[in-house]
Parts: sequence; C-alpha cells; structure tokens
Amino acid sequence: MDIYLLEAIINGLLLGGVLALLALGLNLIFGVIDVVWIAYADIVMCGMYVIYFLYAQYGVPLPLACLIAIAAMAAFGVMVHLLIIAPVLNSPPLNQLLATGGLLFFLQSFATLLFGTEFRNIGVRLPILEIATIYVIFARLIAFGLGLVGAVALYFFLKRTYIGTAIRAIAQDRDIVGLMGVDQRRIYLVTSAIGGALAGLAACLLAMQYDVHPFIGNTFGPVIFMICVLGGLGNMIGGFIASFIISQIIAIGGYYSNSELSYVLAFTLFIVLMFVRPRGLFAR
Amino acid sequence: MLSLAAVSAGYGSCQALFGVSLEVPQGEAVGVIGPNGAGKTTLMRVISGLLPLRDGAMTLEGRPVGGLPAHRMVEQGIAHVPENRRLFPRLSVEDNLRIGAFIPQARQRFAEQVERIYTLFPRLKDRREQLAGTLSGGEQQMCAIGRALMSGPKLLLMDEPSAGLAPLVVAQVFELVQRIRAEGLTVLIVEQNVQQVLEVVDRAYLLEVGAIKLAGTAAELRNNDFIRKSYMGL
Repeated sequence: MDIYLLEAIINGLLLGGVLALLALGLNLIFGVIDVVWIAYADIVMCGMYVIYFLYAQYGVPLPLACLIAIAAMAAFGVMVHLLIIAPVLNSPPLNQLLATGGLLFFLQSFATLLFGTEFRNIGVRLPILEIATIYVIFARLIAFGLGLVGAVALYFFLKRTYIGTAIRAIAQDRDIVGLMGVDQRRIYLVTSAIGGALAGLAACLLAMQYDVHPFIGNTFGPVIFMICVLGGLGNMIGGFIASFIISQIIAIGGYYSNSELSYVLAFTLFIVLMFVRPRGLFAR
Repeated sequence: MLSLAAVSAGYGSCQALFGVSLEVPQGEAVGVIGPNGAGKTTLMRVISGLLPLRDGAMTLEGRPVGGLPAHRMVEQGIAHVPENRRLFPRLSVEDNLRIGAFIPQARQRFAEQVERIYTLFPRLKDRREQLAGTLSGGEQQMCAIGRALMSGPKLLLMDEPSAGLAPLVVAQVFELVQRIRAEGLTVLIVEQNVQQVLEVVDRAYLLEVGAIKLAGTAAELRNNDFIRKSYMGL
C-alpha cells in the first residue's frame, strides 16, 4: 500500500478520537435532556481560551491548566443548562434550537469583543514522530489516546454507577424515572456538567494542534453535528463509530484531492447516506 | 396508612378526579375498579406524585405528603408499578432492578434485595443480563414488580398488572400479590379484571367518571348486583 495513504489513514484515525469525544458529549446531552446544544463547539472554543490564558499568558503548568479548563467547562455546562435550557425545557424544539443558537452567536461575538479576531497559539511545540517511515503528528497521538481514555471513563461511569444507570434510564423513558426516586433536574445538571467537561477535554486536545480564535467552533461544529446525525442522534455508540467514518473520509479524501474538497466529499456522502438511512446509520 | 381526602386532579383544562376520598389501612390490599377512562391511572399518578393534586389532602402514616414530587414519594415509602409496566427496554434486567434501588437507603441493601427478588422470580435471575425489552409480557411484569420492590416500599401501587397478559400469567400475578401481602406489604391495586381482583383484595372502591361510586369489602362488592351486572357480566 502507498505509504502516504497509510499516513492519511492513521492521521484520520487520530482525528476521529477528538471528534468522537465531542460526538459523545453532544449525544449524551441530546439523549438525556432532549435538547441539541448548537453552541457545543463554541463551548470548546471557550475552553481553548481558558487554556491559552492560563498556560501561555500566566504560566500555569499545562496539565494543571487543562484540569482547570475541564472543571471550568463543566461548571459552564451547568450554567448553560440553568440559564438557557431549563427555562425552555418544555418549549417547542424550534425555540430550544433558537435559544442554543443564540448562545452560539453570543459566545462568538463576546469572544471577538474580548480577545479580538487574532489567531492565538498556546506555543506548545510537539514533535512530528517518524514511526517506520510514517509521519505521525505527536499532538494528535496524545489527543487520540486521551480522547479514548475519556470515552472509556464515560462508558464505565454510565455502566457502573447509580447516577450513570439513571442517565441511561432517563434517555429511554423520562416520564417515569421519578418513580425510581430519581430527581430529573439533578440528572440534567450532572449530564450538562459531563457534557461541558467533555468539551473542556476536547479543548485541551485541540489547543495543542490548532490556534484559538473566536470562530474556531465553526471549523468543526458542523462536522460534529453531521457525525451525530449520521450515527443516529442520541445514539452514543453510533456517534462514536460515525466519528471514525467521517474522519477517514476527510483524511483519505484529502489524500486524493485536497483538504477543502475532502469536506465537500464528506458532506456529499452524508447527504446520500441520509437518503438511504434517514434516521442515521445505527438507528434502532 | 394512606389516606386521601377529597382529592381533585387533572390535566390542563380537563379534570379527571373530583373529590376522591379513600383509605388504605396498614397491611391490607385495597382494589380500585372501574371502566376505562374513570380516572384510575390518574389516581395512581396522583398518589405517587407524578401528577400534582389540585385540591384535597393526602397523608401517609399521618404525615401530609400531598404535592411532593415523585422522587420524594419513593423516599416516603411508596413504590408504583406503572400501567404497561414501563421497563427501561434497553437496560438489562439487573440494571432495571438497580435503578429501582436508586434512593440512598435502598442502595445499601441492593445485594440483599436483589437476591430476594431473584428468589421471588427465579426466571429473572436466569435472564439478569438480558435486555428488559426482550422479555415476554409476563416476565416484564415480574421485572416491573421486582423493580418497584427494590426501593423497599411500605405501600405498593399496582396499575393494571394483568393488562395484556395470558390468563395463566394473570393468575400468577394475582398469586404474587397475595405473597407480597403475606410479607406485610400494603397494596393498592387498580384493575379492570374485576372478578379476579376481588379475590385477592380485602376492600375495594368503584371509581366512575372521576368519583367514588361504591366502597366496601371485597365480599360485599362481589355480591353487589350493580357490580355483578356491569362489571362481571353475571
């Protein structure tokens, strides 16, 4: 096989790890709360700014800066739920979309106002590894590894704890979980915190590879939504697998043409697949 | 144990219960019978806190509990087996039982309780890893009852436990009600299967169009001409 194609496939796989993390967060929130956080990628943007300022400006050690960013985004997720989602919880879906869509514009504009439109890099220079004549971007390798750790941790949390079982139950039948002694509002807050924390973790992994600017959310937000819909909205395993399908299409498409065209290819394929399986590839 | 005084409730502009009063004494099994749409399920939903009461009072062991949300009612000792069982279909049998033991006082006793449920329903033990949605109707009803018992309730509410089940399984469910009672649990059961429910309860109420029309011991209702004609087809 062509060595460059193999390289593209490996880098696609590594990119898929971070996308999978975000798809998990979005699907978790949709499955449990039944609301789509349109501004999810922009919460990642906020997390990246937190890391940038802590690490690059104030010299906080990177691992600590990352932990703070994760905690801050978890708290931010709770705030998003309390201030924006909770008041429109029983409104029509369109109103909910407009509310979280409004948050997207608010965050982007607010970030522009505060930080300007310049691209900022946290200045971590990680090497490009050469493994058996294949070049692998080290930052992507770390991102992939930590992304998988995050996904596995989430899996065990959902499978092994009472709160996790309640989260899975509420996604299946929200009307009767109260009869189990489960306080829905508390589960919503925990879910929002986990969703925020996953965005924070993704922010850590992306800050090592990309410059942060107020509109960085636009570069991967649409891809995450495409992944979630492709995998079946609310289906966490479906979204996880779809992340790797989409990232491979982007990576291999980029190898044969260029990276702009590979996104066109990915979205075209997505539209075709939606005709074939309108409820997603892994719809139940 | 449970006492309702002139309770009214409804959905939006539609009132479903009009001043319902009833008593469920400690250790007894009480039935509520009545036609479709009489408000039986609404009554259960009010008692378990899924639906707020609009008027009237509700006390449990003398404590006022009217207006508490459902998750607080579970802590007070009320467990509700909902209409159509409502298991979590994509959770395993054991996870369904686990979620039944969500409240802190039940979590500590999970291992002991789950063994008790498995002794009561050996079939569930064989299928503990199976998804609840793949169980047969009878097994699902057993699982739903087991899930409710996991919280360690004092009062068990059962909404149409015989609905959609084969006659043989219905008999098993009613036999189970008697066994649960023998363990000292108080039971309030809503049923359309009038003949069979009057065999297992001590007392019963007839609910029609959201109001109590008749009340008495099971034997009195069994021999009541109106009940025999309208509900037993005799």
